[in-house]
Amino acid sequence: MRPTAAAVTLAASWMLVGCAGPADAPGTPADESFADIAYALPEQAPRRFGFGAEASAARVARWDTDVKPDGEGLPAGKGTVAEGEVVFMTYCVACHGPTGTEGPNDVLVGSDPWEAWPGSVTVGGYWPYATTLYDYISRAMPQLTPGVLTPNQTYAVIAYILHRNGVVAADAEMDAQTLPAVIMPARDRFVVDDRQGGSQIR
Amino acid sequence: MSEKHGPRLSRRAWITTTSGVVAAGLIKTQADALRLDAQTAPLQTPDPTKVPGRFTSEVGRRAVGEQPRRLARAQALSSSAQSPLQDLMGIITPADLHFERHHAGIPEIAKGSHELLVHGMVDRPMVFRMSDIERYPRVSRLYFIECSGNGGSAYSRENMPTEITVQALDGLLSTSEWTGVPLSTILREVGVRSGASWLLAEGSDAAMMSRSVPLEKAMDDALLAFGQNGEAIRPEQGYPLRLMLPGWEGNAQVKWLRRIEVTDRPTMTREETSKYTDPLEGGTARQFSFLMDAKSTITFPTYPFVLPERGWWEITGLAWSGRGRITRVEVSTDGGARWADAVLQQPVLPKCTARFRHLWEWNGRETVILSRATDDTGYVQPTVQQLWEARGERTRYHFNHQRAWKVASDGAVTFGLGDLV
Ligand code: HEC
Repeated sequence: MRPTAAAVTLAASWMLVGCAGPADAPGTPADESFADIAYALPEQAPRRFGFGAEASAARVARWDTDVKPDGEGLPAGKGTVAEGEVVFMTYCVACHGPTGTEGPNDVLVGSDPWEAWPGSVTVGGYWPYATTLYDYISRAMPQLTPGVLTPNQTYAVIAYILHRNGVVAADAEMDAQTLPAVIMPARDRFVVDDRQGGSQIR
Repeated sequence: MSEKHGPRLSRRAWITTTSGVVAAGLIKTQADALRLDAQTAPLQTPDPTKVPGRFTSEVGRRAVGEQPRRLARAQALSSSAQSPLQDLMGIITPADLHFERHHAGIPEIAKGSHELLVHGMVDRPMVFRMSDIERYPRVSRLYFIECSGNGGSAYSRENMPTEITVQALDGLLSTSEWTGVPLSTILREVGVRSGASWLLAEGSDAAMMSRSVPLEKAMDDALLAFGQNGEAIRPEQGYPLRLMLPGWEGNAQVKWLRRIEVTDRPTMTREETSKYTDPLEGGTARQFSFLMDAKSTITFPTYPFVLPERGWWEITGLAWSGRGRITRVEVSTDGGARWADAVLQQPVLPKCTARFRHLWEWNGRETVILSRATDDTGYVQPTVQQLWEARGERTRYHFNHQRAWKVASDGAVTFGLGDLV
């Protein structure tokens, strides 16, 4: 890529967040002879082409439904462990089993990560963020009818899954404040890609 | 598959073509007969030189005898299908044989109703129809895509397979010429705000598959791709629009792309936490390990091929690196004791598979053949022991260790890494 001012700013902000991205690694030289030429816009390219339309706030809101680890994006609503058991037995049990361990699909309940590593690749044993449950379940579960759960049902089933994993108490209630505050057992296990490039095997 | 590498002699052909010469003492072995047979193959009936052929057609089809197939095993929404590497030549994967990996099946999307929303830390949130995206200056490039779980069935010390095809082992790898618009062009159009460092890419499938991608990659060589090998991307590959992150693991190259949110932190989606992270020895897991390190795999001879005779055989395979260009592939035909440089077939392109070839005179004795790739960063494809050492034996993705195939004295080829560990 031609080093534009924007790119330099971006590279700097990348350094600030401290992420060892592959382009930081000596192992990823820009391929001057090939990529740069192909990707660069021609000299006469306008500042903006103007193809496409501006998206209204409402248009953005309709699709901007992801949930960030700090809770950004979580909707209003709440649900308890007890309510979640009902949701789970109605919508999830067929594929994840009565206690979340029997399958036939992914095992959701498992041991503490400290017992072995990776002891069980489950919510309790491996997941670093509780908010990912909201993000994922609201996108993709139940697998055959994604999107059927209301926010209250989603919070509730999350409370239930977290409780089964020993992460929250039996009387816990999940909402936009309590969910991001949950500290997952595997929270500190994750390290950003630390391969250094070059000949090192890591 | 043996017919690819030498006509198999039917009993009838053997009798009719050889009865005379056997009597004359000219042929002693079936191999002699094979050579003879190649020169006197029975004529096809009807003789194609005596009957007119068929007319032109709007869409071509494969020869009747050529039916390469993906390995589509599980009838499940979250599943995969491997490319038939043993049947492919050169470096391009025919689009209909490109490997598949989906998390909620293949959505049926009409191009006319597909939109890409780009928003977040941008000056102008925008929505693009496909006709808008296609109007921006385009780029066509050859890149491989590989699922980071590829090769995982040959990593466990206890469960090294023997009777496994290269398709089942390494078939989550394909190469296409991709056409699209650089993502940097679109990001320039919307105006990325300072402080932004990541984006979230989201698919339009029933899993709304999502991954966080560093903005630096987006500004470097990421593509919004709509073309594959000269035509529109196949539905299995993300029609009408997918994210291409050259050299990075397949999962992050979100298919059926409908939304990009520019952010200042990763979203920590399920596919970058619970999955596609690498548990390491010592209780940690490597996250955002996008880059595919250098790797090679022999595609011929591999299980279940049986070398029908000793003599000259060309060992061939593919080598690739997400870091750049392959500079060298070495082949060993004696279990790794000695290595020889294989021929690298041009073109050898960055972040693309390269075809290697090595002519080998097999002496008929049992041996193990291997390949190892080196890329332009100086990285040499490690042995499985080196990967175990570096990442532990329970890691779950990025299995780029050397593969080995055992050739038995009867010519039978099986996966041979188990013999070396
Ligand atoms: C029809 C079967 C089915 C139903 C019903 C179902 N799931 Fe799933 N679930 C799956 C499959 C299959 C996967 C793995 C998908 C993949 O890997 O792409 C999965 C994965 C998950 C995961 C991620 C597990 C991990 O460790 O990464 C969670 C969490 C989950 N489901 C929660 C739920 C909840 C909550 C419900 C009920 C509201 C539910 N599922 C209903 C099939 C189902």
